[in-house]
Amino acid sequence: MQAGDFPRLPGTLRLPTPIPPLAVTAHTATSAAGRGVVAFARALRERRGGLRRNDFGSEPLDCWIGRVDGIEDTAVPAEFAAIDCRNNRLAWIGLNEDGFLDAARAAVQRYGADRVAVVLGTSTASIGATEEAYCGLTADGSFAPSYRNFLLHAPHSLVAFVQGVLGTAGPACTVATACSSSAKVFAQAERLIRLGWADAAVVGGVDTLCGSVLFGFNALQLVSDAPCRPFDVARRGISIGEAAGFALLERTAVAGRAAPLLRGWGESSDAHHMSSPHPQGLGARLAIADALQRAALDASAVDYVNMHGTATPANDAVEATVVAEVFPAATRASSTKGWTGHTLGAAGIVEAVACLIALEQEFIPGTLNCSNPDPLCGPQLALDNVASAPQIALSSSFGFGGNNAVLVFGRGGRA
Amino acid sequence: MSELAVRVTGIGVYGPGLCGWEQASALLRGDQPPAAGDAPKPAPPLLPAAERRRAPDTVLYAAQAAAEACAMAAADPAQLPCVFSSTQGDIAITDYMCATLASTPRELSPTKFHNSVHNAAVGYWSIATGCRAPSTALSAWTDSVGGGLFEAAVQTVDGDAPVLFVAYDAASVGPLRSVVPFDCGFALALVLAPAANGAGAQLRLRRAGHAPAETTDGWMEALRARNAAAAGLPLLQALAGAQPRSLRLSAGAPFALQLQVTP
Repeated sequence: MQAGDFPRLPGTLRLPTPIPPLAVTAHTATSAAGRGVVAFARALRERRGGLRRNDFGSEPLDCWIGRVDGIEDTAVPAEFAAIDCRNNRLAWIGLNEDGFLDAARAAVQRYGADRVAVVLGTSTASIGATEEAYCGLTADGSFAPSYRNFLLHAPHSLVAFVQGVLGTAGPACTVATACSSSAKVFAQAERLIRLGWADAAVVGGVDTLCGSVLFGFNALQLVSDAPCRPFDVARRGISIGEAAGFALLERTAVAGRAAPLLRGWGESSDAHHMSSPHPQGLGARLAIADALQRAALDASAVDYVNMHGTATPANDAVEATVVAEVFPAATRASSTKGWTGHTLGAAGIVEAVACLIALEQEFIPGTLNCSNPDPLCGPQLALDNVASAPQIALSSSFGFGGNNAVLVFGRGGRA
Repeated sequence: MSELAVRVTGIGVYGPGLCGWEQASALLRGDQPPAAGDAPKPAPPLLPAAERRRAPDTVLYAAQAAAEACAMAAADPAQLPCVFSSTQGDIAITDYMCATLASTPRELSPTKFHNSVHNAAVGYWSIATGCRAPSTALSAWTDSVGGGLFEAAVQTVDGDAPVLFVAYDAASVGPLRSVVPFDCGFALALVLAPAANGAGAQLRLRRAGHAPAETTDGWMEALRARNAAAAGLPLLQALAGAQPRSLRLSAGAPFALQLQVTP
């Protein structure tokens, strides 16, 4: 099937033109599956998931979570004490893995602070600090003095922190479209570089465990009481996780040949429902088609699809059908949320890094905790890991509000 | 140096004494400040009645301004990519969520939870208008007007097609008042179109130098202190005027834009 054959709305949404690839010159991810790429890749390879019984907060719900150990014992640099919170601590942990901080600061040195953009995704940012403030209000119903900082309670707290740590002065923006947030940042940053507003961009996202998401998804009856089982017939919902991940994007001309490539991106809206996917996955199909069109690739060129695969009954049913219909039987597809949990606004970057691991380390991760696949799944679904050397990997992220983003990555050349 | 050139083909505004572009533009051309007091709660025409009743205030503010801008541009909202931007999202819902979590977390409302996402307003808008074009929800703290306008202009030039930009914030409530200073609702919306289109004011965006922003009318500064989305008022004033004007707009400090407006 040609990318251009996808159904489109009459009279709307012209097909995008192909884009030149960007080099991913550094990348990192920290989640319950491990700190940094080496640990994440080992967990994937060894089929060792990071989920645990919920031990977060004083009255934990009976569910499983993907928690990063040691956040409580981490301090952000002293000059950022005013915006110290679980989310920025995890951001700091993540920045220090895989030499990412040094690589990003080197880009600032190389290009100048004005020429480096910071575009990060998050769904709840520092809301955990706001939740804490509400648990210790003063007698007159105000925040205690230690919580009286506007930025500490703003969705932009993450970007302000990372921008400050790196010393950038280029475009700086928070993308908060729920679970597609840190996939959409790749699209926004690619536009900035292509249109000449930046020479490098730090993209990624951070989301941390907090009462809002644990009790919120529980209220929607979308939380599983057991570790999440993406695409299994017996799936009962998500396991919420936390994660930080970052990638550095630069033009290919300045990068080594071996650097993996951002080849394309696609974005769309379902226009259907705030918390349920479009039943035929129309928005997802549009985003996949646009991403392939920008990458100038046919669906048959995609070796690996990292699916959103949250393990909710609705998401997985729709997504299984879309993948079965859009990609050829030879494409391998999996969800890695059995390792990390659903890291919400950080899911896009964590799964982008999973794709880069597949491209660079020559194996395709299967689907942890799925033993009896939903019959809607096509032959693409990989349960076990697959030894293979994918050239093209595609990652899907779908968020509340019907917000969809799809990224296409390509393997770098031989160094 | 990079420059983005677009046209403004539709304008919408909702705020205290600034209910709609007709009223606001007349006022912005004169020398009288708008009437004090809050604007009446809007009833945006494109939202279904049921949604108007139960939607959070931020959704109403954003949809009100967006519907006005689309009507002025004679643009079909279903066709327009959407860039929505807000400092703080829906503060009343954040207050509800945090207060409930502090007392009876297991009684949290599922509807309030899915309305708590920062992209709730653009989500409701895309559902109400049947828009399957890309949509995004941004924040650049109190620079969210500049950050959102910048991304909307980038998308307009990149796609060579019109884009809907909406910036909004709501009044602070409850304990959050001790940190978030907003005390009124405000929203503005622009439909941006490629520069080659014939109609509408020309808007050029370049990176600003380090010069401080020019002083603006005192009432605009005062309104901006009450709601960061009012940071767009000097731009609206330039769009309402007859003379070309250049103004600085912070867009994710220290990143700032120099806007050249030719009405």
